[in-house]
Amino acid sequence: MNGPWKILFEAMFAQNLALAFFLGMCTLLAVSKRVGTALGVGAAVVVVQVVTVPVNHLVHRHLLSAGALAWAGLPDVDLSFLSLIAFIGVIAAIVQVLEMVLDRFAPRLHRALGIFLPLVTVNCAILAGSLFMVERRYGFAESVAYGFGSGLGWALAIVVVAGIRERLRYSDVPRGLRGLGIAFVVVGLTAFGFLAFSGVELR
Amino acid sequence: MTSDLRAVLTEPIVRRNPVTVQILGVCSALAVTSQVATALVMGVALTATTCASNVAISLIRGALPRSIRLIVEITIIASLVIVVDQVLQAYAPAMSKQLSVFVGLIVTNCIVLGRAEAFASRSGPWASFLDGLGNGAGYALVLFAVATVREVLGTGTFLGATVLRTVAAGGTYEPVDLLLKPVGAFFLLALLVWGLRAARLAPDDEEAS
Amino acid sequence: MGDRRPPPVPVRPSWFARLRALPPDDPKRTLLFALAVAVVCATVVSTTAVALRPRQRANREAERRVQLRDIVARLPGVEALFARTGASEVETLAIDLATGAPAPSVEAATFDPRKAAADPTAGVAIPGDLDVAGLERRARHAVVYVVKDGGRVEVVVLPVEGSGYGGLIRGFVAMRGDGNTILALSFFEHLETAGVGARIDDPAWRARWQGKQARDPEGRLRVGVATARLDPADAPYQVDGISGATITSEAVGNLLRYWLGDHGFGPFLRTLR
Repeated sequence: MNGPWKILFEAMFAQNLALAFFLGMCTLLAVSKRVGTALGVGAAVVVVQVVTVPVNHLVHRHLLSAGALAWAGLPDVDLSFLSLIAFIGVIAAIVQVLEMVLDRFAPRLHRALGIFLPLVTVNCAILAGSLFMVERRYGFAESVAYGFGSGLGWALAIVVVAGIRERLRYSDVPRGLRGLGIAFVVVGLTAFGFLAFSGVELR
Repeated sequence: MTSDLRAVLTEPIVRRNPVTVQILGVCSALAVTSQVATALVMGVALTATTCASNVAISLIRGALPRSIRLIVEITIIASLVIVVDQVLQAYAPAMSKQLSVFVGLIVTNCIVLGRAEAFASRSGPWASFLDGLGNGAGYALVLFAVATVREVLGTGTFLGATVLRTVAAGGTYEPVDLLLKPVGAFFLLALLVWGLRAARLAPDDEEAS
Repeated sequence: MGDRRPPPVPVRPSWFARLRALPPDDPKRTLLFALAVAVVCATVVSTTAVALRPRQRANREAERRVQLRDIVARLPGVEALFARTGASEVETLAIDLATGAPAPSVEAATFDPRKAAADPTAGVAIPGDLDVAGLERRARHAVVYVVKDGGRVEVVVLPVEGSGYGGLIRGFVAMRGDGNTILALSFFEHLETAGVGARIDDPAWRARWQGKQARDPEGRLRVGVATARLDPADAPYQVDGISGATITSEAVGNLLRYWLGDHGFGPFLRTLR
């Protein structure tokens, strides 16, 4: 299994953004009460992630990193300290464009995803995907694989947790643990399960 | 300080704690708490950022056009975070390396953006500053509590100093490795929330699950 | 007959006042506001970054120097060695990696391997099949540190780096003058997970490297980190990985294999034998 595929599967399981790195927790805890809505947010995250990570890779490689502006005659300039602001700007812009595109070409889908798209802008998992891509120095193909894998992984996490929480609705949860408490326990146990993937070696 | 303002400062520390009650800032509450030192630095960084961004947004709240409200808030917060990150890299490089990605993630930390939207965009600068301070303190408190348990029971140290000598170092304490993994953090937060609710320091959830 | 006063000339309010009078959501005002925010934020951020950059660079340099001093100070027998040779610290030597020969034209004190690697002339791309450390590029030259006794190199300290789990891992490997025996391994920069991958900093794990050989008597490169069971036949060359930190352990093995191999310091180490 070569590079990009390995990155995709690792991002989905062993390095799951939600269950191994605790990213996107606020959204996950708030929206994982029903499988239907979880699927909606998950889908939005996958789409946004698979677009923003490669785009941010290009922005970083050709505009921000040390020596990136050599094509403009400025080889000594290092703008990597602006990464954060550039990435979040790109993410916000892409989410906005996505909303407009969906509204025009797939209005039913747009209505279904509804409020989730703006929510995705401030999902820390999205920004973290781009930040990890820089830190691990992925190339373009790897960025696409990582965007897809990490988005799918996050979606998988939220859907699994939602499924479990839906089932728990008729259980007798102790009063103090209801809602937030049991949600943490469920996510914790799911994270525990995903821990097993760190022992899997992809050849 | 009027009692109103005092409430703004003290409420978020326990009664309306951002992590355990408002469910904000959970990501970093879990991620950086494997050591007390990193948890404290993160707490300070977040408090500083929230105070500064609250004040900045409060000052421009009258002139801020509605259509670009969110992106302007995010831009201001991102700029402040970059400044904080640069300062950390310059004056505490070892700590900055450990916090790495997570300082950057303060940008999307629900607490900073949440308080900007919910409070600073409709309150005066001084009140906004106090709100930032209160929420930051509440957040730091939760981080400190979770980190203490994770570090002491997970590695036998507190702030780096040995408290329980581990078997590997010649002592008798077998560290609970699971506490250092994500699982441990989730369970600890669940127990913390349960404890706070049992002590009537946090409201119960109406829903069954 | 009344006075015919001239009609009052309407006074145009100033440009700024007209702007303020617009409703907050007016597109023109929105645009100017956005622009103003962008300019202010950009100025604040850039000023901070530029002002603090020298200090950050100094920090990184200091960290590297401390690590170098640290790894040298802990080498077995180093005090006796220094006493014998009369030296008090290591000698800096710039070399050409392809040939292993000294490169006197390179300014050792200011050499930045990362910057040189990125540069099209000072750096070279690493062929995909040889790039086990995931570096993509490396500099043509390197700065190494030696302790000599008479004319003979007794100890050589090599800077090594490779792609780890969280980011780049950078450190030093100290070797005996035979160019094959590892004396110590130490990392001054990495982003590995605390309590897991970061245990490559544990003195206990680092101590395992002492005495390991890079190549076997036939000259085959066998150094590495065993992430599964350590084969007794590999024991003189390999170290057990850290349990729970497979990726980090493999990364360390890979970076050693690259830098002690023929595309790294291999040619230089051969000149020592």
